[in-house]
Amino acid sequence: MNDAMAFLLWTKGPMLNLALGIFALGVAVRLVEILILGRAKNYAEPRAPEWIGGAKALVSRTLPDPGTFRRAPFDVLIGWLWHIGFILVLLFFVPHVELIRGVLGFAWPALPTPLVDVSTALTILGLIAALVHRLTHPVKRFLSTGEDYLIWAVVFMVVLTGYLSYHRLITPYPLALGMHILSAEIFLILVPLTRLSHLFTAFIARWYTGAHFGRKGVEA
Amino acid sequence: MPQRSHSTLGELLVKQGVSRRSFLRFCAAATSLLALPPSLVPVFAESLAKARRPSVIWLSFQECTGCTESLTRSHAPNLEDLILNALSLEYHHTLQAASGEAAEAARLQAIAENKGQYLVIVDGSVPGPNSEPGYSTIAGHSNYDILLETVDQAAVVIAVGSCAAFGGLPAAEPNPTGARPIMELVKDKPLVTIPGCPPIPMAISGVVAHYLAFGRLPELDQYLRPLAFYGQSIHDRCYRRPFYDKGLFAEGFDDEGAKRGWCLYRLGCKGPITYNACATMKWNDGTSWPVEAGHPCLGCSEPRFWDAGGFYRAVSVPLTLGPNTLLGAGAVGIAAGAVAGALARRRARIAERTLPPVSIEELEAKQ
Ligand code: SF4
Ligand code: SF4
Repeated sequence: MNDAMAFLLWTKGPMLNLALGIFALGVAVRLVEILILGRAKNYAEPRAPEWIGGAKALVSRTLPDPGTFRRAPFDVLIGWLWHIGFILVLLFFVPHVELIRGVLGFAWPALPTPLVDVSTALTILGLIAALVHRLTHPVKRFLSTGEDYLIWAVVFMVVLTGYLSYHRLITPYPLALGMHILSAEIFLILVPLTRLSHLFTAFIARWYTGAHFGRKGVEA
Repeated sequence: MPQRSHSTLGELLVKQGVSRRSFLRFCAAATSLLALPPSLVPVFAESLAKARRPSVIWLSFQECTGCTESLTRSHAPNLEDLILNALSLEYHHTLQAASGEAAEAARLQAIAENKGQYLVIVDGSVPGPNSEPGYSTIAGHSNYDILLETVDQAAVVIAVGSCAAFGGLPAAEPNPTGARPIMELVKDKPLVTIPGCPPIPMAISGVVAHYLAFGRLPELDQYLRPLAFYGQSIHDRCYRRPFYDKGLFAEGFDDEGAKRGWCLYRLGCKGPITYNACATMKWNDGTSWPVEAGHPCLGCSEPRFWDAGGFYRAVSVPLTLGPNTLLGAGAVGIAAGAVAGALARRRARIAERTLPPVSIEELEAKQ
């Protein structure tokens, strides 16, 4: 009967060390590898400094441009909705902030919990909508791989178990919290190993693209 | 001793000079504490008055007597006294006058005379069947043997305090005595746990009153705790909760936040993971409770609370991980990434030099 608590303590202790260890190691390997690999030397005279193009692309490729929005309003809206919801909850829920302080030694103020609660609910709805769309849209369905569904499931589990724990909908409570922490740990381990690595590569890619076009003096 | 068990609780209370009016008041309090509908008060009162004065054997094993202290220090005259005075406490190390052989004889006699009828209250954990029995013995018998012998003919078993309920302090890492909670050792009896370090006295007397009135235990949760007292978390009933929700925290015991009564989460409050009635019933006859007094909840009514992270560290802080682990892993990762990157770069350069160029004709031919 102490099992649920033993499970929770395991997820907060050894398993967390392992997951964060793999995450930090994996992400470092990936990043350093990408940066060292670099790109082929460009001998052409740059028309404009690279960094202007890079910085512009960071912004322009993050904000949806009107064309994309007109072509795929659903993807843009839902994608934005749950990404922002997820990031808000991840970085600004009281216990998460304290966790970050515990791991990094510093943190920032948290958001009021009701706000975080609403954004969790919206994230869950957004994720469900995204899955339904992926399953019903022929092109999306054709393009989806097993990895895509795996990632969806892991992200969904993280948010759902968090919501269920917060509202105490699973008993005993240590089981609910343990499941949430374990899902988050699986997420962390998968970051360097799957497409979830866009968490940190997305912005590098945007920078590279922007810089590349920028030195040619054209819009990215 | 036998004739004691024959008088009813009602008769006994009359003899003690308790008026019918105050008895009913107690019953109303008890029913509301047990979250029973008010319509049940008369039934409750009637059955409680008619209940036979039950025999109770109180077993104390690896414990600190804090639970007995909690119960006996409750302020008179209240429900606890009423119920407890009405019990026929046949055996209790600390409270009984008899000692040695005579004390043990009283226990055996109580078992023999009240077969199938008596309540067993246990406080303290017990070295399990596979541990060295010598860690805790009474009159030369291991705790484990005494427990099994005593509960064998019991009607119900009440595990009082976190040690009996979950192992408590004796079972904390590295658990040198092999301490086990009662629920792992007693499987075939109606069992209720009333954890806490110590438990709220009213939770003990409330469960006893419920059993006497209805002949069965109240509704329990997965940890066999009565839902009436352990159905809600400290956090959900805490009067500091609005500050938590707004993100306003005390960061020291005497800072501005503490003075303004802000949430104690950052000082290590375990209220969010703790189910107990402190926030609603309070302590010392409803005077106050730890969080009201400015101290974070320690989570004393949950399993393994001694091992669940430092008392003064926030609940969500990892148990063992710190910035160094992460920096270490990151550094190893950077080194590994550098090697992998250098290798990939070399492969790319070699490919650049050695791969034969492809002409457009060749590509078109391939299509
Ligand atoms: S003081 Fe503790 S129980 Fe109360 S709101 Fe803060 S964290 Fe929750
Ligand atoms: S406030 Fe927490 S630690 Fe204190 S007695 Fe209540 S449950 Fe136990």
